[in-house]
Amino acid sequence: MFGWEFPPHISGGLGTACEGLTKGLATHQVEVLFVMPSASGDEDQSTVRIINASDVAVFDTKEEARQIFEKVKFLQVTSNLIPYLGPDQFEEQIDLEKSKEWKDFRISFGQKYKFSGTYGANLMEEVMRYAMVASSIARQHTFDVIHAHDWLTNMAGIAAKRMSGKPLVIHVHATEFDRTGENVNPQVYELEKRGMDAADRIIAVSDLTRNTIINKYHIDPRKVVTVHNAVDFSTVEDREVSRGVPEKIVTFLGRITYQKGPEYFIEAAYKVLQKTKNVRFVMAGSGDMFNRSIRRVAKLGISSHFHFTGFLRGEEVKNMFAYSDVYVMPSVSEPFGISPLEAMRAGVPTIISKQSGVAEVLNHAIKVDFWDVNAMADAIYGLLTYPALTTMTARCGLKEVNALTWDHASAKVKKVYEEVLEETL
Amino acid sequence: MKKTICLYFQVHQPYRLRQYRFFDIGKNHYYFDDFANKTIMSKVASRCYVPTNRLLLDLIKEYDGAFKVAFSVTGIALEQMEQYAPEALESFKELAATGHVEFLAETYSHSLSSLVSPVKFRNQVEMHLKAIEKHFGQKPKVIRNTELIYSDTIGEIAAGMGFTTMLTEGARHVLGWKSPNYLYVNALNPKLKLLLRNFRLSDDIAFRFSNKGWGDWPLTAEKYAGWVAGALEKDELVNIFMDYESFGEHQPASSGIFDFLKAMPGMILNHTHLEMLTPSHAAEKHQPIAPLSVPYAISWADEERDVSAWQGNEMQQEAFNNLYALEDRVRQSRDPDLQRDYRRLQASDHFYYMCTKLFTDGDVHQYFNPYDSPYEAFINYMNVLSDLTLRTPK
Repeated sequence: MFGWEFPPHISGGLGTACEGLTKGLATHQVEVLFVMPSASGDEDQSTVRIINASDVAVFDTKEEARQIFEKVKFLQVTSNLIPYLGPDQFEEQIDLEKSKEWKDFRISFGQKYKFSGTYGANLMEEVMRYAMVASSIARQHTFDVIHAHDWLTNMAGIAAKRMSGKPLVIHVHATEFDRTGENVNPQVYELEKRGMDAADRIIAVSDLTRNTIINKYHIDPRKVVTVHNAVDFSTVEDREVSRGVPEKIVTFLGRITYQKGPEYFIEAAYKVLQKTKNVRFVMAGSGDMFNRSIRRVAKLGISSHFHFTGFLRGEEVKNMFAYSDVYVMPSVSEPFGISPLEAMRAGVPTIISKQSGVAEVLNHAIKVDFWDVNAMADAIYGLLTYPALTTMTARCGLKEVNALTWDHASAKVKKVYEEVLEETL
Repeated sequence: MKKTICLYFQVHQPYRLRQYRFFDIGKNHYYFDDFANKTIMSKVASRCYVPTNRLLLDLIKEYDGAFKVAFSVTGIALEQMEQYAPEALESFKELAATGHVEFLAETYSHSLSSLVSPVKFRNQVEMHLKAIEKHFGQKPKVIRNTELIYSDTIGEIAAGMGFTTMLTEGARHVLGWKSPNYLYVNALNPKLKLLLRNFRLSDDIAFRFSNKGWGDWPLTAEKYAGWVAGALEKDELVNIFMDYESFGEHQPASSGIFDFLKAMPGMILNHTHLEMLTPSHAAEKHQPIAPLSVPYAISWADEERDVSAWQGNEMQQEAFNNLYALEDRVRQSRDPDLQRDYRRLQASDHFYYMCTKLFTDGDVHQYFNPYDSPYEAFINYMNVLSDLTLRTPK
């Protein structure tokens, strides 16, 4: 299994999902070799073996190098970021090497790459190097199925498939359309599309994402299956916080970007505040729409009841949920969306947009269209005003969230493995 | 003595609410989705009420009174027929005029008032009696409560109002080993006779008729009459009760439901030991076999056959309590518009939409439900009720 990160060092939800999935697979007797670009050594390896790509030699001999490059010529993308990985240049380098001028050769034999494992400026370069290492790993280990998460690891997955001939499962947690709206980065799109084309099966985290894969990437629907994400809340979260204000608190928590729909939250807040002043709205997070959001709130004249916290970390996030009476996730596009589950787990009644994958698995959250600020305002008002609604969504929501386990989801993933194995036999 | 088949149909349409946002509270006092109500009433009238009534009229003539049926039509369904489908109301009046069609009493609003207090239940039923007399010239002695909701105490209240007979569900958990195919009496007041629905034979038509996955599909009138005759070899009385909308609406015309209905009386009456009677005649003719003890309310809804479809969760209970807390003040207000709106808000349907059982057991719920989720239904209803509360004099 090729991932990009694994707890405890994570920057997004992907690592957490990978941990949950591998643990779940372990209980279903699936042994997982988890490859990541840069492991720190403090990952929990009780149920999964982690291979640090930074420790893997790309190839030890020239013959091995030739084999790998014969099979992984595809690595050139329509990018000039990484010219030294193109096959033409490589052949050139081979010639150079023949003439003993190989000291300049950037890929020297026996060398190990150091990956940052982050999402930095050289991301494309790392993605490609990761794929090179993947092909080595594919030669060194035995396995039955290759499973690659998101576009960052798609090339690694393809490389491993070419080397081993084993079936490839691509797991799509988010697409470029979710991340950027319609301003798609063509390089990323191409990597995603290549992964999807090469895959024997694609796992989408929601039907919403499945539809994107079918419609925007033109993939045969029969190849794409939905396995909804899950959460493993090992401990019950019951946190005491004292609030400084008597009013009820309605919270938005997430990146303040186009994808998350902050402007709809602001407009809904304005509508609610027309009717009652006994409420405060909080927008927690940062992002490229931060300044614009502050200006809009000021222009609407609701700043005295609308607060920005900036970016929140671990404990602060938990405290924010504990402070909240209502949680709103108005995302314009959300492949899955874990944060409402965290809110519900904290006993907070939750409103989510119908355009989120998580809406497909939740019954006890109130669902509205992200653009329908009237419905959103109405739902907020209802949760603030009608006690039965509040207690019922909180109680049933908690129960519902605790039932969304990786155990169930990983059983479905295992079934996908079994299917691709049967087809390749 | 001949054995009896008793056919009874329920006719009801609620006033569906429009999308009523909280910013409307205190500003806009119009609650109803006229377009949806009109569209649905016209559609059901043209697919079900009018053609089925015509067919029944023909059958009554053809069998010269040997074919009989009973109806209950809620007050708010009658109001909507007057408003949107007068031809349907006219055809019900024609049926009433034949003398072979019995109209039963029930709550005016298809309400849950029997679960609140005897007074509120009585008010609702009395209002309905007036409407039935006005439209059909009948004074019912037989009553069916909303959704066949019944308990010993509800039956006792009905008996106290002068009703001789009441319809309810032949619920398995109440009957135990006993058969629904006999006449029973109320456990507290033996003067009130009980007709129990045979849910298997009723649902064979109402739910299963067009289901091609059903082992007995296609259901012919001959086969069905055979089942009824079989059930009556030993027992005395089969009660077939269902929503009237089963004909042409839930079971579409293309399923052959009208041909089935047309052929059924002949097939039944071919068995010379069988006859068809209305509820009041059936209850007069047969001897009660035993009292039936029903300490907790039953109904004909869902697998549970109880009242959990309307009172199963805290939202439903809160909406219910808020609604009925207003009743006395609304009654005293002498504001006819307020009273009219209040009547319409009492329909049990509004509570049905808030049912969270639908996540597990809900084909039927989904079919009738204008909302995407019970939470939406609750918010909308409570917004309306908040406005109505503001309108009600203190």
